[in-house]
Amino acid sequence: MAKIIVVTSGKGGVGKTTTSASFAAGLAMRGHKTVVIDFDVGLRNLDLIMGCERRVVFDFVNVINGEANLKQALIRDKRIDNLSILAASQTRDKDALSEEGVERTLNKLSEEFDYIVCDSPAGIEKGALMAMYFADEALVVTNPEVSSVRDSDRVLGMLSSKTKRSIEGREPVKEHLVVTRYAPNRVGKGEMLSLDDIGDILAIPLLGVVPESETVLNASNSGMPVVLENNADAGGAYMDMVARFLGEDRPLRFTQAKKGFFDRLMGR
Amino acid sequence: MGWLDVFRSNEKKGSARMAKERLQVVVAHRRTGRGDQPAYFPQLQQDLLAVLRKYVEVGEDAVQMEIEREGDLEVLELNITLPEAKH
Repeated sequence: MAKIIVVTSGKGGVGKTTTSASFAAGLAMRGHKTVVIDFDVGLRNLDLIMGCERRVVFDFVNVINGEANLKQALIRDKRIDNLSILAASQTRDKDALSEEGVERTLNKLSEEFDYIVCDSPAGIEKGALMAMYFADEALVVTNPEVSSVRDSDRVLGMLSSKTKRSIEGREPVKEHLVVTRYAPNRVGKGEMLSLDDIGDILAIPLLGVVPESETVLNASNSGMPVVLENNADAGGAYMDMVARFLGEDRPLRFTQAKKGFFDRLMGR
Repeated sequence: MGWLDVFRSNEKKGSARMAKERLQVVVAHRRTGRGDQPAYFPQLQQDLLAVLRKYVEVGEDAVQMEIEREGDLEVLELNITLPEAKH
């Protein structure tokens, strides 16, 4: 039985797809059979971030409609063993993701994989709901910024009331906070919400912090999950996050402001 | 730090704090383990208590608060118990 993890946020552009790609890649690099699914029907992007856009022949909707089987639609990552991608459809309408179709596909994937990572679309419409509906755990991706935090709160409300687990009264979806685009220098100056601030408001456990970093754009430019740049800050942060998810104890990195010349000079 | 920076840094300190304060007001549903009490509730309760204590001596439980929801409407119900007046 695979564990189903939704990567969600409510707000767009906060790093859901980047996080989905790197989290799934990280799990696979740790030896777990992992599939990452793009739920953003009509606006697929996961394939680009993963660098397999030219290998998409069949997609999620084809599988749901029975036009292709999973074997045909799953794209195996060429760099990382154990990692597969199921792309979203580019053209179909949003209603293509039926609850039965999604469930059938997830059940089938569950036989073969250890982890199923669902990359949610932005918003709180059907697509986002379907991405979280069958989830066991959720990564709530949040930027240290007011609109993102508020939207994350909305999404947490949905996770606790609109998911299959909540409707059936089972153990609730396990929620994890993932803070991205964190700039410790600005936090130090009081210009940006701190991890504690966000934690106070959202009140869910923190899984990881990804610093604002040039490496993220560089990685997506070249179609490579940023986690593959393990030595860089963002990649390292994602690898730490995966380790914590797997139950290891890893202290937070990249959360302290770099000291300036004068700070060091004055022993601050 | 120049003397003007004193003002500037205060301004900056304000922006993250303002963000948090504003969020605490809008993020007013869903709280783990506390039913659906808003995040700012405990603080509001303490603040009200502090104001009250400027005028009368009251215990910790003098201020009782409750949120009632009717459709889209949220009503804050406030019960303040004053000590019996001494004649």
